[in-house]
Amino acid sequence: MSNIKLDSKVPEGKLSEKWDNHKFKMKLVNPANKRKFKVIIVGTGLAGGSAAATLAELGYNVESFCIQDSPRRAHSIAAQGGVNAAKNYPNDGDSIWRLFYDTVKGGDYRSREANVYRLAQVANNIIDQCAAQGVPFAREYGGTLANRSFGGAQVSRTFYARGQTGQQLLLGAYSSMMKEVNKGKINVHTRKEMVELVVVEGKTRGIITRDIVTGEFEKHAADAVLLCTGGYGNVYFLSTNAMTSNGSAAWKAYKKGACFANPCFTQIHPTCIPVHGENQSKLTLMSESLRNDGRVWVPKKQGDTRKPSEIPEEERDYYLERKYPSFGNLVPRDVASRNAKEAVDDGRGVGSTGVAVYLDFRDAIKRDGEQAIRERYGNLFQMYERITDEDPYVVPMRIYPAVHYTMGGLWVDYNLQTTVPGCFALGEANFSDHGANRLGASALMQGLADGYFVIPYTLGNYFASEGLMTDKVADDHPEFEKALTESKERFNKLLNINGSRTVDSFHKELGKIMWEYVGMSRNEAGLKTAIEKIAKLRSEFWKDVKVLGSEVGVNVELEKANRVADFLELGELMARDALERRESCGGHFREESQTEENEAKRDDENFCHAAAWEYTGDNQVPNLHKEELKYENVELTQRSYK
Amino acid sequence: MSNEKLLSLNLKIWRQTGNKEKGEMVDYRLEGVSTEASFLEMLDQLNEELVEKGQDPVAFDHDCREGICGMCSLMINGQAHGPEKETTTCQLHMRKFNDGDTIVIEPWRAKAFPVIKDLMVDRTALDDIIAAGGYVNVNTGNAQDANAILVGKENADLAMDAAACIGCAACVASCKNASAMLFASAKISQLALLPQGQVEREQRVINMVEKMDELGFGNCTNEAECEASCPKGIDISNIARMNREYLKAIVKTKN
Repeated sequence: MSNIKLDSKVPEGKLSEKWDNHKFKMKLVNPANKRKFKVIIVGTGLAGGSAAATLAELGYNVESFCIQDSPRRAHSIAAQGGVNAAKNYPNDGDSIWRLFYDTVKGGDYRSREANVYRLAQVANNIIDQCAAQGVPFAREYGGTLANRSFGGAQVSRTFYARGQTGQQLLLGAYSSMMKEVNKGKINVHTRKEMVELVVVEGKTRGIITRDIVTGEFEKHAADAVLLCTGGYGNVYFLSTNAMTSNGSAAWKAYKKGACFANPCFTQIHPTCIPVHGENQSKLTLMSESLRNDGRVWVPKKQGDTRKPSEIPEEERDYYLERKYPSFGNLVPRDVASRNAKEAVDDGRGVGSTGVAVYLDFRDAIKRDGEQAIRERYGNLFQMYERITDEDPYVVPMRIYPAVHYTMGGLWVDYNLQTTVPGCFALGEANFSDHGANRLGASALMQGLADGYFVIPYTLGNYFASEGLMTDKVADDHPEFEKALTESKERFNKLLNINGSRTVDSFHKELGKIMWEYVGMSRNEAGLKTAIEKIAKLRSEFWKDVKVLGSEVGVNVELEKANRVADFLELGELMARDALERRESCGGHFREESQTEENEAKRDDENFCHAAAWEYTGDNQVPNLHKEELKYENVELTQRSYK
Repeated sequence: MSNEKLLSLNLKIWRQTGNKEKGEMVDYRLEGVSTEASFLEMLDQLNEELVEKGQDPVAFDHDCREGICGMCSLMINGQAHGPEKETTTCQLHMRKFNDGDTIVIEPWRAKAFPVIKDLMVDRTALDDIIAAGGYVNVNTGNAQDANAILVGKENADLAMDAAACIGCAACVASCKNASAMLFASAKISQLALLPQGQVEREQRVINMVEKMDELGFGNCTNEAECEASCPKGIDISNIARMNREYLKAIVKTKN
């Protein structure tokens, strides 16, 4: 049995004072001593980029790794909508407390209260910091910052830079990184993929990387490793994630003893462009701001193949407005997604595949004029037309849910440390702040909060408390050699299978299993089937995958095979976690646990915890640890959007 | 969607095994390409077929596939990112091509961008230009309240227009001089238009321009190919602004 004990390390005291108290109590590293520490940061998105810049500014030596050709390409760049903060500039009643409360409630009471409060507290600093960096936020004519309401929030707390907020915030973090590169405080390693975490006598001491260009394996030693590697949505093959987004770095940490928490909590975004065919490689998200003016509907009749313009008003079912009169088309993401699936399963889907619903702007155009709609959504309409060749000013958009974000991730304590000392996880890679469902414009907030304002404090505390000034491990330690050899062996094994099926064919098959059984709606029998099917597929993969070429030089198939091999294990853990959680909450809908009106029904008595899984060996059932979630400041209520 | 057709294509693709090796154009025939597919999905399809046949797939850069990360590239029939205006390769769709078309696909070509393999090139030089000064020197900490810095809407919008650059380097690849001026000027303009970072305004432009020269990028001779090929519609007037900034900075600092 394991000796892992989950200690959230949430500080004592009043909720609003916890972080300040904790900051004071944490140990510091003397400014002159900071240069004696080296930090490895894997990933250069909002979390990794902001952490790298800030830690380098403090004086630490930062080694930054990314798989793309530049740190500016990380997938945070694709976030469209905005970033939340409780500035209350519009004077509409927002506060830190309200942002905290909305986030906890939106997460369906499965997040850690103290973490969420801290997130809401530092959110304002994020806006100040980004404005100081020259991020071109939208402005009013008087020169002040503009805000909008987003994702059904009752206040306007979202800051934005056109439809490219993620890009502008990421470029802000990237330029701060480049400032430190110029000073020699950050070494950037592009096109290098982390393939192993090195742990020596219970402490994280470095990583093994594989150079994507040369195929060479390298050892990198450091005093701590920060995994800022994003989510694992690509386990579904089709998602809104970038093509190289993967779960492998987190998975390596899992196999070295870091618990993986709530893996089944995935967010399926309701407004994506539907799948067109077998060769489709990824899905494209349309900002959910579209639901402010678009009306979602399907025909009342099953199998209705008429053009939308030929379907009269009384034969249309505006199902969100019908079922949720007070929130209508603005219900949270999980509710909107599930209802779209229900309509399609009922045989009332639209388009040539029948797997889509309409998002119709006809009435908004009639009400406000085409020009007003063009000003609000022009770039989104153009993007839609480019992909589908249909003009949404004339024909309603077709949309369907797609995997977008993973709330689950590496379990971390209040200091963002995993269960392996010295290994930290930031941003989407960790699990803590969004519970079972993330609200719109909160991902950017969390990535930057972790990197700019949390880890700079908690990392110093780790260094100072563990006596790492003098306790160093170099990369010639036998553990590094062992990790290096094992990594090489794994890649060689993949190359030597010489099977008959391509990597993508396995990935697509896994994706279909995941989407069908571990997707928007889950049940016991389906999840058991998924676990069986994935195990079977995994064993076939290791016997029959075809990876050409050699370990030297660029070998894209080999890179993909390594990532898919991990997805084949991670997918099973997701199904196992979903099976174990016999309640519905947020994005996790268990058919067995619903209200009479078919809404998600939580079971606070038995499942008000984070489920943290501990690796016990390949093809072994992992150990489940539970972190009880204590709500001392908010009352648990059943969400209702009627 | 209902208008889906299948295309047969003749592809001529640049193949080069490594930076030191000699490259060549290789012909491929590809059948059954859906008009609904994106250009990169067409290449995925080719690669799946090559792998099935035991041949080396074509290496190309790509990541987000929604036109924002700037990772994808490709000269398509001699045009950076292909024939559609203000569109990255990943957002270009096969319905823009006809059955039986011949499509020539090459990597970005510029002295500062060595070929890594096939259609992949090394664009690290762009990061080096930014590292030379493309930022406001402000550390994380207690920045003043965001609304204490007022920015007029007009300048804020112009700064955002410039900041929309995705760093794909189509501008460099399309320029006969392989100049990176549109790229550098976009960042210089963004920061020159905003009140933040004004104290380092002169040093910034001097450092970035000198770095471009040092890295082997060419000069601007006003052909405007950069603007025509830019998938984000970055305006060439940014280059004029950069030149003004540079002249002013040189005069000021040399006195």
